[in-house]
Amino acid sequence: HLATSLPLPSERDHLRPRMDLIVFMIDIKSKYSLKNVEASLAHVDASFFLGKVCFLVTGVGRVNACSIETNAVCKLGEAYCSPVLFCELELEGIRAATAQRLLRMLQICAGHIPGVSALSFVSLMRNSDDD
Amino acid sequence: QENVDPQKTAFLLRKAWTLYSVTPLYRFHRARLRDYARLLSAFIAAEKQKGLAVEVGVELDIKVAVSSLADLRGSEQDQAAILVQLSLRSQASSRNSEDKLVWLGWFCSVYGDDLSENVPEDFTCLPLFLTHGAESYTSMVGSWFQKTFDCCFRRLAISPLNLSWMVAMWAGCTLDRATCAVELVFSMPHLSQPLDISYAIHPEDAKALWDTVQKTPGEITQEEVDVFMDCLYAHFHRHFKIHLSAAKLVKVSTAVASAHCDGIVKILHSQYLPGVLMLLTELAISQIQ
Repeated sequence: HLATSLPLPSERDHLRPRMDLIVFMIDIKSKYSLKNVEASLAHVDASFFLGKVCFLVTGVGRVNACSIETNAVCKLGEAYCSPVLFCELELEGIRAATAQRLLRMLQICAGHIPGVSALSFVSLMRNSDDD
Repeated sequence: QENVDPQKTAFLLRKAWTLYSVTPLYRFHRARLRDYARLLSAFIAAEKQKGLAVEVGVELDIKVAVSSLADLRGSEQDQAAILVQLSLRSQASSRNSEDKLVWLGWFCSVYGDDLSENVPEDFTCLPLFLTHGAESYTSMVGSWFQKTFDCCFRRLAISPLNLSWMVAMWAGCTLDRATCAVELVFSMPHLSQPLDISYAIHPEDAKALWDTVQKTPGEITQEEVDVFMDCLYAHFHRHFKIHLSAAKLVKVSTAVASAHCDGIVKILHSQYLPGVLMLLTELAISQIQ
């Protein structure tokens, strides 16, 4: 399901399936996208932040076009205990690899991988970041 | 460096300079500037012989002067700036005819300690290179320096993030007379035809806004720059319902200086010359490292 911002319109609540993973996309070239994500975060139920939220920063290939400080995004990830992934959608290889990573995360969050829960996975990612 | 003689640096003002970052020069000797001028002159003449760099209107009977600008530096650790001037040799036989200056380029370092601290002895650090004049001359001078001193030139691009720092800093400068508006130019993305939006603000309003945002005089934080820019974006959105924060900031202009994302700056005020050069030196160094 794709949306430009949250909250989702309430009219279709009863038709919506369970959400297993929320990926917030931030375009490094657009300050507006960061503000939009920050505003949308307020509408997310706290239980999602136990491993079912991730931030995806796009456009990182063009360092000279960045309007956002990467520090600010990393701090956002820390504040919401959720991983931050960086990618460049214009490069096919990275696009495919990122899609595979997200798919893997989704499988874990939906409970399809026995023995690994969303919470254990995200704390694994956080520990490796600190190293 | 408050002792910089404004007369000596007047030629730097009100010119559009194209910026490059330069890696440290190997075995560059300040005592040999005359030799270097001769060698560069010979190189340019050779290029003419080869028929390279031939462009309509570009003359190649060139006289080269290389000099040192002792006052143009930040700290004692900085190397003094080096100026390269290319002039057209006057054709007339009369003694009074002057050579016509066709190209200017200068290397400098203002508080470039981050780079010079970590570099071995044979290297001279002058990370910022500024040029004014035809690109064909820039490319010849650049090639000669690269061959002779084993260094590397790269165009210095300025990101929207850095441009917003510049506009916040420069809009907040105190000037005797604020002569021109603070202008920001944005390029709208994802359109089939290019569209630019120019946002001009009265300089006194911009300075008043910055003064309410800045907490410690002499210090600027990323948060303060963000608040300043957010106020400008919010004001624009209130009137025009357009989110400038989703567009790309491509150029900023103030009474102190103007800068374009392609790495072109114009410095308008001698009082703030060291400050602007310090910022540009920092950008050049981060591009090198």
